[in-house]
Amino acid sequence: MVKYVLRRLLTAIPTLFVVVTMSFFLMRLAPGGPFNQEKGLMPVIKANLERVYHLDEPLWKQYLYYLNNLAHGDLGPSYVLPDFTVAELFRVGLPVSMQLGFSALLLALTLGTFLGVIGALRQNKAADYAVITLATAGSTIPTFVIAPLIQIYFGLTLKWLPIAGWNNGAFLHQVGPVLTLSLPYVAIFARLMRGSMIEALRSNHIRTAKAMGLSDWSIIVRHAMRGALLPVVSFAGPAAAGLLTGSVVVETIFQLPGVGRYFIDAAINRDYTLVMGTVVLIAVFTILFNLIVDIIYGFIDPRVRYE
Amino acid sequence: MNSAKGRSLWADAARRLWLNKAAVLSMAYLALMTAVCVIGPYFTGHDFSTVYQTYVRVPPSIAPYPQADAIEAELNESLKRARVEVKGWERKEGRVFVTISADKPVDERTVRYLDRSDAFDGAKVEEKSADGLTLTMSAAVSEERFLFGTDPNGRDMLTRTFVAGRVSLAIGLLAGMVAVSIGVAYGAFSGFMGGRTDEVMMRIVDVLYSLPFTFFVIMLVVFFGRNFVLMFVAVGAVLWLDMARIVRGQTLSIKRQEYVQAAEALGVGWLGILTRHIVPNILGTIIIYVTLLVPQVIILESFLSFLGLGVQEPMSSWGVLISQGARNMDGAPWLLIVPSFFLTSTLFALNFLGDGMRDALDPKDR
Repeated sequence: MVKYVLRRLLTAIPTLFVVVTMSFFLMRLAPGGPFNQEKGLMPVIKANLERVYHLDEPLWKQYLYYLNNLAHGDLGPSYVLPDFTVAELFRVGLPVSMQLGFSALLLALTLGTFLGVIGALRQNKAADYAVITLATAGSTIPTFVIAPLIQIYFGLTLKWLPIAGWNNGAFLHQVGPVLTLSLPYVAIFARLMRGSMIEALRSNHIRTAKAMGLSDWSIIVRHAMRGALLPVVSFAGPAAAGLLTGSVVVETIFQLPGVGRYFIDAAINRDYTLVMGTVVLIAVFTILFNLIVDIIYGFIDPRVRYE
Repeated sequence: MNSAKGRSLWADAARRLWLNKAAVLSMAYLALMTAVCVIGPYFTGHDFSTVYQTYVRVPPSIAPYPQADAIEAELNESLKRARVEVKGWERKEGRVFVTISADKPVDERTVRYLDRSDAFDGAKVEEKSADGLTLTMSAAVSEERFLFGTDPNGRDMLTRTFVAGRVSLAIGLLAGMVAVSIGVAYGAFSGFMGGRTDEVMMRIVDVLYSLPFTFFVIMLVVFFGRNFVLMFVAVGAVLWLDMARIVRGQTLSIKRQEYVQAAEALGVGWLGILTRHIVPNILGTIIIYVTLLVPQVIILESFLSFLGLGVQEPMSSWGVLISQGARNMDGAPWLLIVPSFFLTSTLFALNFLGDGMRDALDPKDR
């Protein structure tokens, strides 16, 4: 087990390397630079800034500098938000994004699984159609439609929720963002769970369990759900990585101080280090959560062996 | 002698699709939506970029503007700049007659102030008092209908929503086609060649997969500039990865079939085998994927437009309109609700159609 984890972590390094390399050169091919502002800096100042950040050197040298710093865990300073290093920006923003993402993930997992099981148990009945409709709605209505609608209805009309803002993580301020974040995932989890649960309920071991006179509860929870959870768990990995690293749309609409919004701002402003930092962050989270999912897999499904 | 007519895969699939009410309704809805978006703007009576300064952010209404009780305010508003006093007005047979007076003799050119308003046109002097201090003029009330209201610049939302729909649907279809073409060509070639080639080509796909997706799109958009045509190439170029994987998998199994070996034995080249034997046999999978891909592309385009990276003014797409609506939702909720409804209902229909296609073409489900 430990060996497996170590090997997986080792194979993650080349993946990370490729991602960093590709993003670095792709980003630098785009015209413009962090100090090409509309107002225009004095050429001397611009030259000085570029020298400080090694931007005047050949690209391959800059790339090696970046790799070297990254290997030492240094993500560098932000070019456009002066006085901040990328690590500092993450230290402030990441807890916000992770808190929201974690709540959303938890909500999506519990609600999605629950709805999926209900749908499977009541297949082709009213409850099932309700689940299917909700799942379709959740996966077709984009978040940038849901979020303003929540703001209009719960914020402006009913005045139950604040319209936007973080307010140091006050509970009511989190409700809208968490709902918006989780809805698409509730839909996907419900759909996955419903499908695999229907299949699981038809399988031989469930028929045997029924024949042996086990209670419905025991059959559903202990025997059917355990196997049926596998697809849900395997999607939970990418879902967790996506949710915990913040969402551009949700953080923009609800004006939250998370890390999701940096991605686009940084790319537009050519804040090279911040863009790279975000890329590394997302890649690390993705690798990490896929690993965690694979480990959980082994606990749920004893057939999975880590050799 | 009558022999039973054979049913091809396609005839069978079409029959099954026809029995699926949700899919048929969705097809009808999509056809209607396309027709409305394509020809609708010619019948709304407004151009999508015409600005009506008098009607900024007016709510949706079936009755034409100016509304009866708004005429007086509009008269006062438009004559304010002429520095005259409105003595009285009345409306007769589609024209307003307004009497104005001032301390100095009224200039007849004052009528032009009425023409400037979008509510009136064809203003002319009817009667002038002997001392020239009082003037009666008339103007036709020009009625404009804004079924979906107007936007913050005073442009007709109905026309704009239709024109935006054209853009969104076109991008969805074209970028979908781009993605599918790349994916099918790449996947079929990779799977058919096998061996080292396949290995390398699929590793490239894996690497592209591991790049953060939004980053990729944003970089492409930044590269290509905010260009309408190149944008959907960018979107299409990103979404081909799934298609490539699916097609490769199918190709791997089909290329071991006897008829492919027979074709090889007869000396058919690899291109011939790919186009004649392999691609037609995975057409079902491709079609299913296309119907599921188009909504994805539309969402992606709206997402980019929502962030301000997509289609630029005065052109618009549903994403642009939604983003504008979200900024104006306090006080003008129709700006958000109208485009959101168009976008979501189209996505719903596309999804139902995609599910229907899958059920109809899935050989396991027979």
